[in-house]
Amino acid sequence: MRMATEPSDAEVIAAVLRGDIPRFEELIARHTSRVFATARRYARRESEVEDIVQEVWIKAYQRLATFRGEAPFEHWLMRLAVRTCYDFLREHQRSREATFTDLTTPENDWLERVMASPEDSDEESDAARKLVGRVLDMLSPAARLIITLLEIEDRSVKEISQLTGWSISLVKVRAFRARAEMKKCLRRIAQDKYL
Amino acid sequence: MSMNLDDLHKKLIAVARANPPSDHVPYAFEKRILARLPSLPAPDEWAGWVRALWCSAGVCAAIAIMLGVWTTLPANEPELGASFCHDLEQTILVSTDGEPNW
Repeated sequence: MRMATEPSDAEVIAAVLRGDIPRFEELIARHTSRVFATARRYARRESEVEDIVQEVWIKAYQRLATFRGEAPFEHWLMRLAVRTCYDFLREHQRSREATFTDLTTPENDWLERVMASPEDSDEESDAARKLVGRVLDMLSPAARLIITLLEIEDRSVKEISQLTGWSISLVKVRAFRARAEMKKCLRRIAQDKYL
Repeated sequence: MSMNLDDLHKKLIAVARANPPSDHVPYAFEKRILARLPSLPAPDEWAGWVRALWCSAGVCAAIAIMLGVWTTLPANEPELGASFCHDLEQTILVSTDGEPNW
């Protein structure tokens, strides 16, 4: 928690804009953990995560003068972070043609347990986490972003619109398409496994 | 075995929610960013305004050139303008000129 005597974000930003560049470190120290958590939702390799976070902070530094202070700095920064992550997904779009025939034994076991008894399956297992990663990797960048923000992070359509810069109607359309895309992926699991 | 895709969807989302990503920051990450900043142009409070003014200056210049071209083009054909004025004057004043011809 920030101490009462600690300068506010707005004060630090004003100092950086006056040329006191080393004070930018204070902003990084305060907010970078959230940026890391966001980047790790979209990139798996730690080197990619660090690249994304570095890009977010460099953009933040270069655009610092455009921060008007109408909303908290953290909101402004998270908008930058989400948009940078989306750019990353579009640039590094992996082959989404992978099949589920190469599921590992623990992943197959978890899937069978879910199908047999969804309530009893373990949500903390490593196999479950990996399977979620596989499904998300198969989605298009827009679908992955929407599923993550809307369903996993439980954000509202309005919040997503502000974070992504998309209109509310575009978010709704993309959410509809993203759910359909995810269902298609899950149907492929079913087909690969049981047909 | 029958499979409910909606249940599987819900379960996978529940797994993702139950396992939020780590917010761990690598050691001395701030220093790494800070080391890169001097090589970048310093953030300028007026940079946005300057950029916007430059853009608007370009647009204004383009409009001025277009208007200039538009206004000078008819001047290249003075006969047409003079003839038009003459015809207009004759048409309007025809009823007041000379004796009625009926």
